[in-house]
Amino acid sequence: MTTLQPPVAAEPRPAPPPAKRDRRSWTGWGFIGPFVAVFALVFLAPILYSIYLSLFRDQLIGGNQFVGLDNYTRAFQDDAFWAAVGRVALFLVVQVPIMLGIALLVALALDSGRLYGKSFFRITIFLPYAVPAVVATLMWGFMYGTKYGLVGDINSAFGVQLPDLLSPDWVLASIGNIVTWEFVGYNMLIFYSALRVIPTSLYEAAEIDGAGQWRVISSIKLPAIRGAIVIATIFSIIGSFQLFNEPSILRPLALNSITTDYTPNFYTYSLSFNGQQHNYSATVAIIMGVITMIVAYAVQLRGMRKGA
Amino acid sequence: MSTSVTASPAKNGAARLRTPRKAHSPGKPRRNVLLTVLMALMVLYTVVPLIWLVINATKTQSGLADSNGLWFAHDFALWDNIRDTFTYHDGIFGRWLLNTLLYVVLGAGGATLLAVLGGYALAKFQFPGKRAIFALVIGAVAVPGTALAVPTFLMFSKMGLTDTPWAVIIPSLVSPFGLYLMWVFAAEAIPTELLEAARMDGASEVRTFFQVALPLLAPGIVTVLLFTTVATWNNYFLPLIMLKDPDWYPLTLGLSAWSSQAQTIGGDVIFNLVITGSLLTILPLIAAFLFLQKYWQSGLAAGSVKE
Repeated sequence: MTTLQPPVAAEPRPAPPPAKRDRRSWTGWGFIGPFVAVFALVFLAPILYSIYLSLFRDQLIGGNQFVGLDNYTRAFQDDAFWAAVGRVALFLVVQVPIMLGIALLVALALDSGRLYGKSFFRITIFLPYAVPAVVATLMWGFMYGTKYGLVGDINSAFGVQLPDLLSPDWVLASIGNIVTWEFVGYNMLIFYSALRVIPTSLYEAAEIDGAGQWRVISSIKLPAIRGAIVIATIFSIIGSFQLFNEPSILRPLALNSITTDYTPNFYTYSLSFNGQQHNYSATVAIIMGVITMIVAYAVQLRGMRKGA
Repeated sequence: MSTSVTASPAKNGAARLRTPRKAHSPGKPRRNVLLTVLMALMVLYTVVPLIWLVINATKTQSGLADSNGLWFAHDFALWDNIRDTFTYHDGIFGRWLLNTLLYVVLGAGGATLLAVLGGYALAKFQFPGKRAIFALVIGAVAVPGTALAVPTFLMFSKMGLTDTPWAVIIPSLVSPFGLYLMWVFAAEAIPTELLEAARMDGASEVRTFFQVALPLLAPGIVTVLLFTTVATWNNYFLPLIMLKDPDWYPLTLGLSAWSSQAQTIGGDVIFNLVITGSLLTILPLIAAFLFLQKYWQSGLAAGSVKE
């Protein structure tokens, strides 16, 4: 999974009042030009190139040929691809609510002011964010193992037989645990930062009205950080659909459970770098990108509707 | 999508706010033991893997196999492991460390610079195409980064950039989050009047930026720098597809190569070095987060959406 990025989608308040000086000039471009140039090179150009690639096919005879939408037709009938989509969809439906739910509870607990050692908790729970996915996966991979790992230790200490966490039945949950571990603290921090900027006057007012803790949470805190929740959800969805690092690093330990088409992203990667099917790989990536955008957009629409 | 604070209840309370009551300040609720215990469980979940890593970095390869994962083996091999990590295979780990530093300095440093300049422009200038830039950047963020990987790889390969450090550095230069954070931060931290005054005094735009704006942006810059540093330091996917030559690997790629080496036939099993190397990889970042806590937390709070 690529590193999640914090909230981006919220539109910053419109630039300073244009009232005073309405002189539009190109000066601003001098400052933003470099960003836009690199952005065009590493975002826009690849997207366009990707679309171009998806319309062609490399053939043994005839070389690179225009095939129209053939690659798309193939993808829609590709069982391996849809199995991978199903897997990340399941992952998304189970892991994201658990992760965000825990993050929200922790943020509310921190914000309640009812904890001993608040700043210790805040920084400690956030720390896994600084751990690379590679290291997190290696650590958990070792710990899952029955030979070197904690699972093996628990089995021998208590004389039990825990399920093999790297078996096909369990490996998706095991990956879910790794991702949860990595990002709970990070999402918590997003929620916590949003909670911190709620004006205290609202709490004072609620108190005067005799509202209890739960009422304050449901009527003030949750509505106030709704935007942050939606953003965290959208980024978690994008992250789930892009799942790659954890399964690919875990694969050597679980060769039977994690195939090279385990997630859509893993599939694109394998198609391109093991199979040399660049055109088809680009097609699959585009379809996945479109699916991600549709789901993210739907969540945003629903999340932003009042009283949804 | 701005998070406007919408607290509908307590309307009539707001009217009475003129006379604030300090009797039972909401800032100091009673401490709760149960809540603290629950949080301690959460912390346990967070730190057990890290403790496991520290403990197991002290074990030899054989100690790893026959000792309990959460306690020390008989022999304490931490120093040997660190030495071996740095000397194994002609000291390639040191080389990976230097590569990672190179990618961080140029990639994260460059990304921060571009974000600061761009954020400043968006916050303080009106210019043609401004709205389009916003729409493009936000739209592009929703595109899965990995959907871009294959075409970017093919493009870079045609340009002869693959298997060079540039293939890792150039894509790292764009941080939409950094741009956004600097935009919000600059809008708030730099009073427009101050810029007007500097211009009135005849300072050039460049000079105004460096002498007036930059110092005010410092906390925001630290935050963006820290987050782009993490993104670059922890980057795995991009180097994985762009680099073939282990001499250019960053730490993440090197560690995963060491780990999967055990699976290849006749491969040297060096899990003790993988574990020690992992520990050495995360220490600098954890230290950075701990020491710079004050700065990045305030920077984030400012970047987070407000009333």
